[in-house]
Amino acid sequence: MKRGLLPGLGLAIVLLFAASLLIGPAQLSIADSLSGLMAGDDSPVALVMREIRLPRALLALLIGASLGLAGAAMQGYLRNPLAEPGLIGVSASAALGAVIAIQSGFAAAFVLGLPLAALAGALAAVLLVMALAGPGGTSLTLILAGIAVSALASALTSLVLNLSPNPFAASEIVFWMMGSLEDRSMIHVWIALPFMALGLLLLGTLGRGLDALTLGEDAAQAMGIQVSRLRLQLVFGTACVVGAGTAVAGAIGFVGLVVPHILRPFVGAHPSRLLWASALGGAVMVLTADIATRVILPDRDLKLGVLTALVGAPLFLHLILKLRKERL
Amino acid sequence: MNALSLSGLSVTLQRRTVLRDVSFDIKPGEFVGLIGANGAGKTTLMRAILGLQAHQGHSSLAQLPQNARAGQAAWMPQMREIAWPITVESVVMLGRTPHLSALQKPSADDTEHVEAALARMELTAMRHRPATQLSGGEQARVLIARALAQDTPLLLADEPIAGLDPAHQIATMQTFAELAHQGKSLLVSLHDLGLAARHCSRLILLDNGSVAADGRPEDVLSAERLAAVFGITAWCEHTEQGLVYQPLDVIR
Repeated sequence: MKRGLLPGLGLAIVLLFAASLLIGPAQLSIADSLSGLMAGDDSPVALVMREIRLPRALLALLIGASLGLAGAAMQGYLRNPLAEPGLIGVSASAALGAVIAIQSGFAAAFVLGLPLAALAGALAAVLLVMALAGPGGTSLTLILAGIAVSALASALTSLVLNLSPNPFAASEIVFWMMGSLEDRSMIHVWIALPFMALGLLLLGTLGRGLDALTLGEDAAQAMGIQVSRLRLQLVFGTACVVGAGTAVAGAIGFVGLVVPHILRPFVGAHPSRLLWASALGGAVMVLTADIATRVILPDRDLKLGVLTALVGAPLFLHLILKLRKERL
Repeated sequence: MNALSLSGLSVTLQRRTVLRDVSFDIKPGEFVGLIGANGAGKTTLMRAILGLQAHQGHSSLAQLPQNARAGQAAWMPQMREIAWPITVESVVMLGRTPHLSALQKPSADDTEHVEAALARMELTAMRHRPATQLSGGEQARVLIARALAQDTPLLLADEPIAGLDPAHQIATMQTFAELAHQGKSLLVSLHDLGLAARHCSRLILLDNGSVAADGRPEDVLSAERLAAVFGITAWCEHTEQGLVYQPLDVIR
């Protein structure tokens, strides 16, 4: 591993987290912001800091780290640099749950309605994927099951939009699906946190098995790795972090795909070392992108998911071109 | 005490019997060559022995819990997969996985085994290169070194010398024979009957999922059996340089 990579990423996170707290439409000075954050009173400054900016920064940190870690774990398990956390159908199904909640009015009736419906969607997806892929199946059956569930969830989401009699609900759904951290409160943090902590624990301890899987499933099993247990841990861990992330912020793409890919050369391509480096890298990317949505077009409500995709796609193209040059 | 004992091992895949009632023991110090035509069931047999393949019958290895199994037997699959561009020495260090717990750093003992395996397979000079950038034959040597580093009483390898240059084929067979001398046991599938005859202490001939012959190389490779199983003729002679064995023609 390149020395200084983890401390460097850690330092970047601290700085970006601070920046995320200090940048916003309410033009607060640094001193005001900090005292507002510390003060327990109900002054407007304290409210802005504690109820708007702090949850936003915390969610960016958590979701970024989750997506980065889940992406690295998924790529390591499937031994494919093009794998991403959404592959097992969890994000599409969580989105479906959320869309149904918006359309049915459940989301408007009850503040936790939308995230809970999204989590229910994620849970249904993971159970369906595991039932389809079977307990002893290979990575290929997992991909196929994930694609099937993803496609089904996307089709049902389209169906809800298609049949939606209410154009306002339809536009709300479309905007929600773009992914954003705007106007999230500490309640969202508390909903996501337990799932994410569990998911981070499940995924973060996969390193040894993922390293062994570099040589294939047979070789890994003969080295004492219980591959079917590893797969279960991977699927549930990914479902926890991606389900919780989608539930509170909508679909944020490309982070889980691009971050492990960028960091892989810096950790000597070791799947185990990539796990935590990617978690930190994902947090850096989402914090940066979320700050950028506030700086670039402050009054146009630029969506986070749109920005990560806009930044992620060209980064990916750049990597492909680099790869082609190496092959030639 | 046998290093491995099988009795009545059978495998049925999609209602087709791939292995039928295979029974044999391997003692410490034996270098067993597993030979047979394509599709005879060599890979299936080894995977069943390791418990990687659902089977009927008894394999002393498959009975063990998975962790204990990894301490007893190392396995080099035929598919030479190295998914990520990690360095040669990192690949070889993966062989120490069963000896290390989750967050444990490699000890001096682990490093020693890795060094020995690298030296045996003549990989020391390329130890810092990404394994994925090596040639196919070099990758095979890296994976053999990985299996050696696991340091188990039993080593199973599926066509380990396929694709190696002649010098490395011979050197690898000599390494295996040397390990057998040290009291380890090896079960290695091979297609090169000449090398098998020269280096293995025992051959098991698999035909259509059953053991057609099992014994000393010169006994197993009789002219009638070769004609029946492989459909070939061969020239075989005991010389001053040991048993020389050269397949000649196809009988059709």
